[in-house]
Amino acid sequence: MSLAKPDAVDISNTQKIALAIGILGLFILALALFNTNFPNKGLFLTLALAFITIGTIVYSRDAYLTKLEGIKNDAVWFKSISSRGAWGWILGVVLTSFYIVLYFYPKYLGLGENGASNTGLISLFDPLSHLLSGRNASQWFVYGTLYTIAILAFGYKFMLKYRHNRYQQLRTASVMFFQLGFAFLIPEFMYVMNSDLPYYDLKSIWPLNYYIFDEWSVKGFLSNGNIGLGLILFGIISIFVITPILTYKYGKRWYCSWVCGCGGLAETAGDPFRQLSSKKMSAWKLERWLIHTVLVFSVVMTVAMVYTYLGYDHNAFWLTKDLFIALVIGFLTLIFAGVMYFKRKELGKDAKYGAIGYFVVIALLLLMHLTGTTEHVFFVKGGDLRAAYGIYIGSIFSGVIGTGFYPILGSRAWCRFGCPMAAILGFQQRLFSKFRITTNGGQCISCGNCSNSCEMGIDVRAYAQKGENIVRSSCVGCGICSAVCPRGVLKLENDSMKGRINPTEILLGNDVDLMDLVNKK
Amino acid sequence: MDHIVIIGNGISGVTAARHIRKLSDKKITIVSAETDYFFSRTALMYIYMGHMKFEHTQPYEDWFWEKNRIDLKKGYVKHIDTGAKTLQFAEGDTLSYDKLIIATGSKPNKFGWPGQDLDGVMGMYHKQDLENLEHFAPNNKACKRAVIVGGGLIGIELAEMLNSRNIPVTFLVRESSFWNGVLPEGESAMINRHIQNHHIDLRLNANLKEIIADQNGKAKSIIIQETGEEIVCDVVGLTAGVSPNIDFIKASNIETGRGVKVNRYLETNIPDVYAVGDCAEQHEGINGRRPIEAVWYTGRMMGETVAQTICGNRIQYNPGHWFNSAKFLDIEYQTYGWVFSQPRENESHFHWKHEDDTKCITVCYDKHTNQFLGINTFGIRMRHDVFDNWLTEKRSVDYVMEHLSEANFDPEFYKTYESAIFSAFKNELQTV
Ligand SMILES: Cc1cc2nc3c(=O)[nH]c(=O)nc-3n(C[C@H](O)[C@H](O)[C@H](O)COP(=O)(O)OP(=O)(O)OC[C@H]3O[C@@H](n4cnc5c(N)ncnc54)[C@H](O)[C@@H]3O)c2cc1C
Ligand code: SF4
Ligand code: SF4
Repeated sequence: MSLAKPDAVDISNTQKIALAIGILGLFILALALFNTNFPNKGLFLTLALAFITIGTIVYSRDAYLTKLEGIKNDAVWFKSISSRGAWGWILGVVLTSFYIVLYFYPKYLGLGENGASNTGLISLFDPLSHLLSGRNASQWFVYGTLYTIAILAFGYKFMLKYRHNRYQQLRTASVMFFQLGFAFLIPEFMYVMNSDLPYYDLKSIWPLNYYIFDEWSVKGFLSNGNIGLGLILFGIISIFVITPILTYKYGKRWYCSWVCGCGGLAETAGDPFRQLSSKKMSAWKLERWLIHTVLVFSVVMTVAMVYTYLGYDHNAFWLTKDLFIALVIGFLTLIFAGVMYFKRKELGKDAKYGAIGYFVVIALLLLMHLTGTTEHVFFVKGGDLRAAYGIYIGSIFSGVIGTGFYPILGSRAWCRFGCPMAAILGFQQRLFSKFRITTNGGQCISCGNCSNSCEMGIDVRAYAQKGENIVRSSCVGCGICSAVCPRGVLKLENDSMKGRINPTEILLGNDVDLMDLVNKK
Repeated sequence: MDHIVIIGNGISGVTAARHIRKLSDKKITIVSAETDYFFSRTALMYIYMGHMKFEHTQPYEDWFWEKNRIDLKKGYVKHIDTGAKTLQFAEGDTLSYDKLIIATGSKPNKFGWPGQDLDGVMGMYHKQDLENLEHFAPNNKACKRAVIVGGGLIGIELAEMLNSRNIPVTFLVRESSFWNGVLPEGESAMINRHIQNHHIDLRLNANLKEIIADQNGKAKSIIIQETGEEIVCDVVGLTAGVSPNIDFIKASNIETGRGVKVNRYLETNIPDVYAVGDCAEQHEGINGRRPIEAVWYTGRMMGETVAQTICGNRIQYNPGHWFNSAKFLDIEYQTYGWVFSQPRENESHFHWKHEDDTKCITVCYDKHTNQFLGINTFGIRMRHDVFDNWLTEKRSVDYVMEHLSEANFDPEFYKTYESAIFSAFKNELQTV
């Protein structure tokens, strides 16, 4: 069986050996999954993870360091795995199944239920978990470890692939750091210091972190004195203060391409699949409906969750149900009015959809307030609403489809179609940010490399060939379009808001009078 | 309602159509024999290299044409009857027009080499050439070596393409150094070395004498004129430039030279017939430009201009400052203004090259007035609008060198070289 369709390019012998080493590592994990009871779990876990890492490293070094620096996209559309061929589908099915088992049937991974000790794959990870936090592994620990290894090993590969490009290297180093430190190690250490604190990945911000304002979570924080209070305040400041400031200065990329773990995986392990995202206009339309629906859902769901555990009596706690709803509605109205006042023109036709979205949210919140009880919102149990969000959005959308479908939908399907955090950041990026991708005058040759490489499915070429800057809410600022452009047409930059959006008909280079005539109409 | 017919669905014809549609409600038909839909010729190489599929090279989705009421017709025009205002197709049918835009592009040059029409010998211009290459050079087992004849922009792209499939390449270049009719010596020499670093067998001062056939009429080797050396190969790429694709027009009343002759309004000698893009030949080059400019950007600009004329705003084709770009394997090249391979009488060049041998610039200026005339940059991206302004403002070379960092367009966090360039420039002035 061959990896390349018309056998255009073979892989070298070193690469074959490296693949074999990596597969050996996976094989150990597979054996554990099928309940092989390894005598020395620590040793075999180390071997498995080391083989996977070493295989990836050796493969990448042979693939990239044997060639001169430059763009390394040869044969991506020939290789079965990266062009929705048989291998791509096989990988998609394997990943998807893994996610389904992980989220819904962790016992098949060997999770010991009701206090029983772990078996299978999860037990293989017990030694590492004990080392870090002194407790048994869970399915999330296994997942977190594999996730981190993937970002580190494939991050290394990505850095070699773009070794001529410091923007790519730095942001990859950044996501590797945040994954290893903030998502993986620090929460474990926090547990060691204070085992009552809820798991908290400091860089995971609401609404991506949809459970932070859940009752158990808030109670967990609040019952832990100042640390807990500090953490939950940090969570609130993250979304309402830090995020707007950084997004204003740098665009949403500061988060999506430099910090976020979902983005981190997409940019490293997901990199071979970035070209699979659909660039069709219809996909863009679907994207805008889906992502904003999820945003509405997540806002309403969060408000509803908080609402259910607040009281009516302002003497008991200053934040009552009435006050809370009033505050939320007031806040949303302020944003809505501000946008309509300052940005009405830029929004054009989208203003209508914005208004619809706003009124739907307000109507839902009022409806909830009028019909809701401590237990019920929208006539269902508050907990059920939250559970539905957790299953459909938190698990199925972000995990099963978002990552499992990498080889089919491309690496950022979740970031593009589902992530409510991306929706908020994108909204701000589109309207209040210095970030844009500048198009270099008339230099575009419409080749399409940029659009092809855009994991967010943005038809970058459509703008570049008109000499127009790219200001799109979905752009995560990965910078790959700029890297692959053979004519140096694109540059990600933070500059003044003026002239950021510059629709043109006649490009630079033609008769200046004609440009004036047509463009200044 | 006027019926505008455009022969050729390349950048020039399509740009004209798009702008006519913006400006008017006229009926528009684009005719092409090559493909159903507009695609970007400049991206042909990336299909063979597997970076993209053919459909990704199409800048507009298929629904675009119907939505904008631009009719597409596939067919080969074999004759233009300007008297009856009718096109005759090789397929036998006809199409009448009120106004005609000829945008038929180029075709690869062939200089009458023996064996130039054998199997396995091809240019690299049309989509069919690419299919031909895919057929004869699918991998390095079917094609053990390829020879490329002609060291220009398309030749080096073809070399890169074959290289991506690990097919050994011999690259015959007539000149003493790669593209040195256009590039100054230092740049050209750097590209020579870069080509060789990619393990491409670069042969300078080498002309093709003939291509030799095997018993099946397929190329099996070539002979080099100068040395008589025979090089065994499976594929021969002919990339010795292009010329206007206008043979079928010669029998009509439309005046032709090397291309379709047009005036500054892009009008031919026949009323209501225009020509744009690679196939158009100005009676005289505009502002020091060549009469025929076979590049993407000029095709687009002519399309933008002719649309105005056809829609009632008759204006001259009056391109602004020259610019262009290309990529030599891994090294990007941009140029703004004029830098000739040899400084002209009143001109002087300043050349800077980075020690890693992948970045350099050449700045051309007027010796007497110090006016900045143009820049070539390799491995450093520069801003088009900044140079366009500087050229319009007739800035001095000292000003440009001092403010070079304002023009830098490299991605964020890249190492910058402007201060090194500036100090090299000052040093050179002192020693002169
Ligand atoms: C491999 C390659 C790389 C290039 N790279 C660059 C680059 O990087 N930068 C740059 O500036 N330029 C580049 N060029 C040049 C650029 O592509 C051309 O200048 C440009 O495409 C010309 O556009 P056009 O509209 O004039 O003609 P074309 O794109 O050639 O379109 C003409 C069309 O008309 C059709 N046609 C011709 N005769 C008839 C007929 N009788 N009946 C029906 N249809 C007919 C042809 O089949 C063709 O489809 C490159 C060219 C090639 C081949
Ligand atoms: S537009 Fe460019 S920078 Fe933005 S997401 Fe797409 S490829 Fe990345
Ligand atoms: S990659 Fe560059 S030249 Fe190609 S279409 Fe995109 S912006 Fe234009």
